Amino acid sequence: MTSESIDIINAFALLTNFVILPALSYGSQLALGALAVTLVYSILRFSNFAQGDSMAFGTMLVILISGYMISRGWTITGVPTALLAIPMALIGMSIYLLTMDRLVYRHYRRIKAKQNIIGITASIGIMFVTGGIVRFVLGASAQRFGDGERFIFSVREFKAFTGLEQGIALKTSQFLTITIALLLVSFLFYFLQKTKTGKAMRAYSDNEELALLSGIDPDKVVQITWLLVALFTTIAGTLYGLDKGFAPQQYHLLLLPIFASVIVGGIGSPIGAIAGAFLVAFSEILLTYAYKKFLIYLLPLSMHPTSLVQLIGTEYKYAISFVILVIVLLIRPTGLFKGKVIVGE
Amino acid sequence: MNNLNTFWQANKAIACFTIMGLILLFVGLNQSWALVLGIINLSLISAIMALGVNIQWGYAGLFNVGIMGFAALGGVSVVLIAQQPVTEAIDAGGMKMLFALILGVATIAAGVLLNRRGVNKWLVSVIVVIGYLFTRYYFSEAADLIEKVDPAITGYLGGFGLPVAFSWVVGGLAAAGAAWWIGKITLGLRTDYLAIATLGISEIILYVIKNEDWFVRGLKNVYGLPRPVPYEVDMQKSEWLQNIVAWIHRSELQLLSQSDQIDKLGDYVRGASVVFVKLSYSGLILLILVAFILLSNLALNSPWGRKVRAIRDNEVAASAMGKNIKRQHLQIFVLGSAIVGVAGALLVTYDGIFIPTAYQPLRFTFLIWVMVILGGSGNNLGSVLGAFIIWFIWIQSGPMGLWVVEMLGNYIQEGNAPLEFIENRVHYLRLVFMGTILLLIMRFSPGGILPEKNKEL
Repeated sequence: MTSESIDIINAFALLTNFVILPALSYGSQLALGALAVTLVYSILRFSNFAQGDSMAFGTMLVILISGYMISRGWTITGVPTALLAIPMALIGMSIYLLTMDRLVYRHYRRIKAKQNIIGITASIGIMFVTGGIVRFVLGASAQRFGDGERFIFSVREFKAFTGLEQGIALKTSQFLTITIALLLVSFLFYFLQKTKTGKAMRAYSDNEELALLSGIDPDKVVQITWLLVALFTTIAGTLYGLDKGFAPQQYHLLLLPIFASVIVGGIGSPIGAIAGAFLVAFSEILLTYAYKKFLIYLLPLSMHPTSLVQLIGTEYKYAISFVILVIVLLIRPTGLFKGKVIVGE
Repeated sequence: MNNLNTFWQANKAIACFTIMGLILLFVGLNQSWALVLGIINLSLISAIMALGVNIQWGYAGLFNVGIMGFAALGGVSVVLIAQQPVTEAIDAGGMKMLFALILGVATIAAGVLLNRRGVNKWLVSVIVVIGYLFTRYYFSEAADLIEKVDPAITGYLGGFGLPVAFSWVVGGLAAAGAAWWIGKITLGLRTDYLAIATLGISEIILYVIKNEDWFVRGLKNVYGLPRPVPYEVDMQKSEWLQNIVAWIHRSELQLLSQSDQIDKLGDYVRGASVVFVKLSYSGLILLILVAFILLSNLALNSPWGRKVRAIRDNEVAASAMGKNIKRQHLQIFVLGSAIVGVAGALLVTYDGIFIPTAYQPLRFTFLIWVMVILGGSGNNLGSVLGAFIIWFIWIQSGPMGLWVVEMLGNYIQEGNAPLEFIENRVHYLRLVFMGTILLLIMRFSPGGILPEKNKEL
């Protein structure tokens, strides 16, 4: 580190590379997962504890299919094969979720059970079944499945281009995550606001009885919901895996930040879920980032820090989403965007 | 026929327990008594945990997804109470650590108090952040000092060196404290929040235990915890055990020569000492379990129990009768968690070692859940029965799975790749199996094997 004066541009480049870009892509992945939880919550009226493991299941399908495609040579240079495998995996995921709904959840809708508590219990059962299948097929250890170009532009290219001391790299996975998340979210809002099926879903979510009276087919609404959940779950899982690698336990634990996002934003509100996801992602990365280098760029030599200047150890990143959750429950249980029901069933 | 049916219904509990006992007896005669006693002891400990969860779920419909964390708190308290203090470590960083912790508590207290006084929010946040930074500075320094003291053997502060039985009480209190805090925040809000918050707190408790080496040695585990019962080696030397063993096997021993007799007797005494130690544990755990069952059954049949059930069955009506639902739920949640904490402490006492990585959500949270729901939620005896059945299946399903794979292997030649693949991963199918059991009971027999008896009807 040769800089002796204050250097704002390099400090900003450093922050972009290690905080802003990772947080944007992690936030997008969380947002997609959180939207899947929100959809299940709004239509089926329970918190889906199987979300993390479902994401692992979808990613597992992608890994298997892309592995087969690579072995047959069905690849496009520069594009991760996993991306090409998503459509096939989506079909498998939809079948899996619809089967689970038919075998487990439908019964409780029919007998009009207390859907909230029964749904949680049943989804925990499904969580373990799904997690078991994933671990049986792929094992419990971590693996990487990304291929193709790793970077859109690398640190070296960026440095050569701008002449800055600190480089910014844009990983393919980050670029894909942010673009695909934007597309999917726009699609979801268009679908919910403009199409007839989307309107029927919103009506069903607002008032089940009234929606039934006006001739909306509940089974169809539920099926469409599971199809959307399959879409968001598979893509969220694949993007997370391309970015950080695939490990079943990691996916299982994603449940915490996802739930934190949903509750921070206001349970049942799609906009809230997205806002919550970015809030959680940015807090997680901002609080666990070591600011030593950043401060060295910004402070005069006499004030340079000797320690890492890290607020919280990386090992406690899951604790951050929990603390956010607790603070929201204490201060504003409805969440930022006035979620649905607060008290009671 | 009708008579037979009512007879079966009336004696279902007795019949189920008898069948379970016979199965265990069968395993004991065929395999070994030490194995059966191992299964029984772990079933009994699981039964205590299941009892705690049953109180929360069966009595009040409270959903605890963090059983693992409360059990781990019990385990930690065994280390903190029963281990001998490490004087060098305390000399090295004990005071500093104490100072850091006091600073941390003072920061939180100052934040809460100033906030209540209505001081400017930004000022309060600045004070809290500065307090946190100082706490963190002293804390990491103290932790480093402590962890440097002979890290291969100690590297932590040790415990208070008190009798291990105290730790069971402390374990219960620690779990109760955590439950009170969680309950205070989430009870009274939607039911999901409690479930999510318990899931979160249990993971965080585990992260703290695994990462803070100065506390309970983290991933380095704590070995050789003191026992409430005698050691096998001492038992082998005791004369009365030798006499009893000699008397039991007298006819067989008489046929042998002098030197063979001594060898054979030695073998038998070694086996007997293991069985004796396990039996003492069984007695101890059984005593605690029976005490808990008696107490909770008494409570359930008292006016308090009727109030609890009234709230569970119809919250609106109960609250119209002037019952404070949130307070009642908090009480039950704390009670149930305390029992789980005691069971967690007993488990670590029984194992004699504290291994943080042994705390898996499947083994603790989920298995206990299946026990409660299979046995019959709301029925204490049902939870005990569920604990025995599920633990037995759990223990035997591993070897059974391998056995099936081996049977298949007899028909396929050695080194078959798919077969080896299945052999390595077959234990993950236990998750699928247990999940399926849970879903099947929920669907087809929501009351469980021994459904709750409703006296009011």
